[in-house]
Amino acid sequence: MRKGIRNWGPPLLLVSPTIIILGIFVYGLIAANIQVSTTNRHSLAPESAFVGLENYVALLSEDRFLHSLFNLVMFTVVFIAGTMLFGFIWAWMLDKGVSAEGIFRSVYLFPMAISFVASGVVWRWLLNSAEGDRASGLNRIFESLGLGFLQNAWWNEPIWGMAAIAMPAIWQLSGYVMALFLAGFRGVPQELREAARMDGASEWKLYRYVVFPQLSPIALSALIIVSHMSLKVFDLIMSITGSIYQTEVPATYMWVTLTSNDYAKSATIATILLLLASLFIIPYLIQTWRSEKANR
Amino acid sequence: MTVTDQAPRAARLDPGMRTPKPARRFTMGRTLKYVFLVIFVFVVLIPVYVLIVTSFKPPADVTASTSWGLPVRWPWESVAPGGPTGFDNWTGAWTALAPALGRTFLLAIPAALISSFIGAMNGFVLSRWRFPHADIVFTFILFGMFIPYQAIMTPLVQMKTTLGLPSDISTLLMVHIIYGLPICTLIFRNYYVSIPMELMEASRVDGAGMLRTFASIVLPLSLPGFVVTIIWQFTSAWNDFLFAMFLSDTSGGPVSLALNNLAQGAQLANYGTAMAGALLASLPTLLVYIILGKYFIGGLMSGSVK
Repeated sequence: MRKGIRNWGPPLLLVSPTIIILGIFVYGLIAANIQVSTTNRHSLAPESAFVGLENYVALLSEDRFLHSLFNLVMFTVVFIAGTMLFGFIWAWMLDKGVSAEGIFRSVYLFPMAISFVASGVVWRWLLNSAEGDRASGLNRIFESLGLGFLQNAWWNEPIWGMAAIAMPAIWQLSGYVMALFLAGFRGVPQELREAARMDGASEWKLYRYVVFPQLSPIALSALIIVSHMSLKVFDLIMSITGSIYQTEVPATYMWVTLTSNDYAKSATIATILLLLASLFIIPYLIQTWRSEKANR
Repeated sequence: MTVTDQAPRAARLDPGMRTPKPARRFTMGRTLKYVFLVIFVFVVLIPVYVLIVTSFKPPADVTASTSWGLPVRWPWESVAPGGPTGFDNWTGAWTALAPALGRTFLLAIPAALISSFIGAMNGFVLSRWRFPHADIVFTFILFGMFIPYQAIMTPLVQMKTTLGLPSDISTLLMVHIIYGLPICTLIFRNYYVSIPMELMEASRVDGAGMLRTFASIVLPLSLPGFVVTIIWQFTSAWNDFLFAMFLSDTSGGPVSLALNNLAQGAQLANYGTAMAGALLASLPTLLVYIILGKYFIGGLMSGSVK
């Protein structure tokens, strides 16, 4: 009924600046990035030639890049496990109705408000690798509690170093996962719980068979969100260790290549990051779009 | 519309945080749960404790063996006569960060306001004044929220060089406004879908134009949405480090860059100054969180994947 340009013209006009700007700065720049990644522009010199997928082949067979991918995987696994574990436990404990719930919630969630750079300042100190008499930070705590054997070099450890870097990230984002889960717990209809109680289900069985199964969509989106964050980890590593080989992930490797004006290589790393992220983005967008249509 | 009318709507942005009545039974299990909850509070607050105590210790008192202890002297006392005091950490951090703190306010506040306003208009037409294929446009806009910004960084840096844009907050302001548009649009669109709009429909039937309807009917109802997007945008611009590193330098950049500079320089010498600086730089976002925590969570929920 409300057809015709007089109806749809104005709203389209109102949103068109955003469409154009994002068309340039999101889609246009992604295209430009892919274009640069297929050239041999490895220095400031503007001349460049098309080299196809050469940069990708070179990167994926480079030890340094594979090492950064390994670091990323290590970081991601520990980070996801930690945030999901703490986030879930906290939400579960708070779900059952706790006095002063607001205080616990606020404390668990507050690290989210702090920047990675600021928290990096204190975590670099907590994760100080000195041991024994010279130990400070967490190693000092272990030392004084008689748990000296727990002392370690944290991010200086050869294989497990990235697991130490994941600790501050877990500290910052577990509260966020808690908030997601808590919304999930509270979204379980009260009638469902009542019904289970009437049937004589114990508290544990109520959770095991009634509440937990309802949480799987939340768990899935928490998983997607946290993995997506993990993929982009940059600030935290830069502020704790700087861009060093030992804690290098693709995002910090890209910083190193771009600051040395190797545009082609940094664009190649960026495209690979985008492809990895798409594994999470595209299903999410398809789902959003479908529910959009369903709601019409 | 009065302020009280809007209160319940604000609550809607706070998804499912209603608190059930606590059961007043004292059992072993309940006691144990409180013990764990309190232990976790202490664990989460460890870094805060370290930040605060270290920031008030003169450098000579930040030794390995005393590092966890409370300060052993008042912050205005020095170890040796005339030596540095605990307060010197704070004055040192303030001197190092003050210009950058000012710049960051000039960056984060306009970035938050402008993105929010454009986002409100977008959200309005994508939810309440639709046009054919609005869904596709919405998805098109939304995509920008989920990309790792590394994917646009190389050409963006090249573009900055080509256009000769300055390495200061003016460039960052533009960038934060642009990349804040998707999330602001999303938040407003979801918000407008969630509130009843009979008035708007009536106004539309009466033949009022789009802009007039937006300005006189929709905008006055939008305060809760604005609170969420402004907090979200302010916090992300304030805490941003990625764009700051790639597009600005320490002489013109935001506080995250200045703090990192202060902290990296203090590798050996003075943790106290770095920690005082970290507290200073976190104060604005922490205050926002403490005062407007509920809305902060609302933004987090809709900001999901960002």
